[in-house]
Amino acid sequence: MPSRTVSHGSSGRLRGLFLVMVLVFLEGSVFTLAVASSDQHSPTTAHSDGHKATDHGSHNNTGKAFPVLDLNYENVRVPFEISLWVLLASLMKLGFHLVPHLSNIVPESCLLIVVGLLVGGIIRGTGEKVPPVLNSQLFFYILLPPIILDAGYFLPIRPFMENLGTILIFAVVGTLWNAFFVGGLLYGVCQIGTESSSILSRIGLLQCLLFGSIISAVDPVAVLAVFEEIHINELLHILVFGESLLNDAVTVVLYHLFEEFSGIGSVTLLNGFLGVISFFVVALGGVLVGVIYGILAAFTSRFTSHTRVIEPLFVFLYSYMAYLTAEIFHLSGIMALIACGAVMRPYVEANISHKSHTTIKYFLKMWSSVSETLIFIFLGVATVAGPHDWNWTFVTVTVILCLIARVIGVVGLTFIINKFRIVKLTTKDQFIIAYGGLRGAIAFSLGFLLEKKHFPEREIFLTAIITVIFFTVFVQGMTIKPLVELLAVKKKQEAKRSINEEIHTQFLDHLLTGIEDICGHYGHHHWKDKLNRFNKKYVKKCLIAGERSKEPQLIAFYHKMEMKQAIQLVESGGGIKLPSAMPSTVSMQNIQPRPPTKPAAERAIPQLSKTKEEEIRKILRTNLQRTRQRLRSYNRHTLVADPYEDGLSDLLLKKQKMFQIEKKLKEMNTYLTVPAPPPDSPTMCRARLASDPQAYSIKPASNKVPMIQVDLASPQSPDSVNLLDEFGQANQQEEEEQGLMMKPPSRPREGSSGRATAGVAISKQSSHSPLTSDRNQYQI
Amino acid sequence: MGALQSLPGRPEYSDLAEKTGFSFEQIGVLHKRFKQLSHNEETLRRDHFNEIHDLAFNPIRAQIIEAFFDRRNFHQDGEGKVQEIGFEEFVVVMSHFRPPSDHMTEEQRAKTRREKLRFLFNMHDTDNDGTITLEEYRHVVEELLSRSGTLEKETAKCIADAAMLEVASISVGHMEPDEFYEGITFEHFLKLLDGFEIESRMTIRFLNMDTTTLCK
Repeated sequence: MPSRTVSHGSSGRLRGLFLVMVLVFLEGSVFTLAVASSDQHSPTTAHSDGHKATDHGSHNNTGKAFPVLDLNYENVRVPFEISLWVLLASLMKLGFHLVPHLSNIVPESCLLIVVGLLVGGIIRGTGEKVPPVLNSQLFFYILLPPIILDAGYFLPIRPFMENLGTILIFAVVGTLWNAFFVGGLLYGVCQIGTESSSILSRIGLLQCLLFGSIISAVDPVAVLAVFEEIHINELLHILVFGESLLNDAVTVVLYHLFEEFSGIGSVTLLNGFLGVISFFVVALGGVLVGVIYGILAAFTSRFTSHTRVIEPLFVFLYSYMAYLTAEIFHLSGIMALIACGAVMRPYVEANISHKSHTTIKYFLKMWSSVSETLIFIFLGVATVAGPHDWNWTFVTVTVILCLIARVIGVVGLTFIINKFRIVKLTTKDQFIIAYGGLRGAIAFSLGFLLEKKHFPEREIFLTAIITVIFFTVFVQGMTIKPLVELLAVKKKQEAKRSINEEIHTQFLDHLLTGIEDICGHYGHHHWKDKLNRFNKKYVKKCLIAGERSKEPQLIAFYHKMEMKQAIQLVESGGGIKLPSAMPSTVSMQNIQPRPPTKPAAERAIPQLSKTKEEEIRKILRTNLQRTRQRLRSYNRHTLVADPYEDGLSDLLLKKQKMFQIEKKLKEMNTYLTVPAPPPDSPTMCRARLASDPQAYSIKPASNKVPMIQVDLASPQSPDSVNLLDEFGQANQQEEEEQGLMMKPPSRPREGSSGRATAGVAISKQSSHSPLTSDRNQYQI
Repeated sequence: MGALQSLPGRPEYSDLAEKTGFSFEQIGVLHKRFKQLSHNEETLRRDHFNEIHDLAFNPIRAQIIEAFFDRRNFHQDGEGKVQEIGFEEFVVVMSHFRPPSDHMTEEQRAKTRREKLRFLFNMHDTDNDGTITLEEYRHVVEELLSRSGTLEKETAKCIADAAMLEVASISVGHMEPDEFYEGITFEHFLKLLDGFEIESRMTIRFLNMDTTTLCK
């Protein structure tokens, strides 16, 4: 078809144009950076030349001409460079997805490193000094925290806790094994293997062990970057990822231990013992700091109902402070961050508004994404920049030993762990866990931190670290996806959580706790249940504002599901068909128990005549349009108690209800709704979005209110929901609204006791609407 | 039940061990617990269960206790309730919660799944008619939420309705407006909880340690 090929061609050309633009921009920015960085050193660049010339020229004249166009780069230099780097990173990220098929073959991290290499190469090619971009200060305090916070805040708690034992064993014992194996064997190789090169034989045991501890830690950034694209099942993901997060404590302790003592040259037994104690202090202390800040954040969020705008800021600030506080005391900052995010999340999410929740999610994703991109680009640049000392023996032995250590470690530990697990880890799982142990920028930064005077072999170390990182990211990162396909590893299930599964999950929890109690042993269900009860009784009351503190989890889940459905309904253009997980024609009618003595005729749905249908529809539409016009403009200072959100939710609700009515008029099926809790608490606004506005209080005094009542299936079932006065709330401000003007012909009321009760009704609340219709007008 | 007198020796244990898959030590531990719960009597009654202190906080306590006295869980093709159970029935009911053994074939695994899901089904289907009707499901949800305090029955009802709707949609895709979905049969129940991995989730660790000294 000609039109399609034309559009393809034009989009292809647009893509090409964009890529060319990106490349040109890249070159330009690199040159500017190179020029800028050399500005301080050589004041003889083109710009300053010209400037000086004019300066001299103007000084020769007695008066200075007023500079119409002036150039002052120095003041802006630092922010400008930073912005340029970030912009480069973002454009790169964009560019990759435009090139077809590239992102399927090569993971993003590899491409970014290559870009970094290119940039570094270009800078060096122009003869300038490559700026030392990946300095440890920048990395540990600016680039790393967003990624870890993003991981910690969205950590899936249930699978994490269920596998916590396994994760801890991999993280602690596995990393220790790796460190000592690599360090020890490397020392042996250095001493024995090399005869002539005295450089290697000068490396002491402690230095080797330090190197081993740096290189052995699995890196969360690299793991995240690669695993995100391969979509393996949740268990493996949480095992590798959890290990990469929790091994930070081990790395910190080992690093400081060996760094302190490689100066002295030996480690006494006492110091070794203190090292073990320090591990517990570092790990538990980090978690404690995180928990304290998390509780503070949750408590603060309880009071933010009047200043919704700064809610996300509290989340970010408290988490960052937790990280920095942990770093002050040399505790594990990563664990503090994870603990803070995981602890504060359930309480904060119950307190904050929907918009803040979205803001937090998107800011975290944005920052972590940019950080990750920058880290990989900087890795590439630092590779070009850094002083290198290539030593074939050292590097190759390191790479081989790392691989071997990882494999042996995983296999050995799994053998032990499987004795205690209910769901055993298969060989395939073990392979993926071993293969997914990627090293990344943390190792590089730790190596970078080493001081030259204490560690003369720093360059050898750095070269080896970079080689290992490259190997794992490129080779393992690129091949893991086809291997996952080849081995047919279970992928992540995309199925949505259904209400039945949620019910049964809770049911099982209670059942197993009960059985454990009957058996008489306090297993982990028992303690989990105790923790939940404690949480509900004391903690939630403190940290969650208002009514939400008492909402049980099942109901919260159900409200969330309803909200999602409602949003889907609106976004799909208000389609008549209700979007559901299973496209089926089963509706509420089919499951309601048929009343025993109801002949079919009386249950018949009242047939409204065509004209009345049209009239109703027209009136509904006009009212909806008028409401839309009246939505207030958004001003951050007037964002009080989510009135905008109220308006929006009302609008959505009205739209939803309008289409509902249309649907009903066509099919006379009922829509599933949940009676919402009482409308007094402002935090219930979110629930109201999806739920049936039974919350809108029915003003009983108005007999003049016209109502369309559509009959439901079973007359006596108390399930028929009354949808009255749905416009009441929002129309309080709309005084001059005309309202529903319906003058239907009066019909004689049929007085039979078996008549259906109210089904769905729409009423318009207005003090001076000349309504004449009767309440039960359309009942049959 | 006559064979299980005061102190069953090894032969009785081996019978049970073969039937339920527990090891001798585990049966010994369970026997000690049985005697502790029943105050050294021969049989357990409902009020013995009511004495367990920790069980008081459990929202589905009544259903759990009933499950022990439900003949359908005794693997003897019986139906209806009993008033008291002996040690054998106790162990048989407990065997539903054994973790799957390491080397299980696919059929064995499927069989275990069916057994466990049958146990759950029996807990929901209180009137023994082979289907979980809407009323029974509503009761389940109400019980689950019963400890939450401030709850109207309406919400529980609506949640149960939604769940039922989902089951109907999954099991019977297309229904005319005047057809009626009777209730969840066992086959539908199996299909519903297909991805639930029940064989590993519905387990507790039966320790070989004697824990009767730890609890009241």
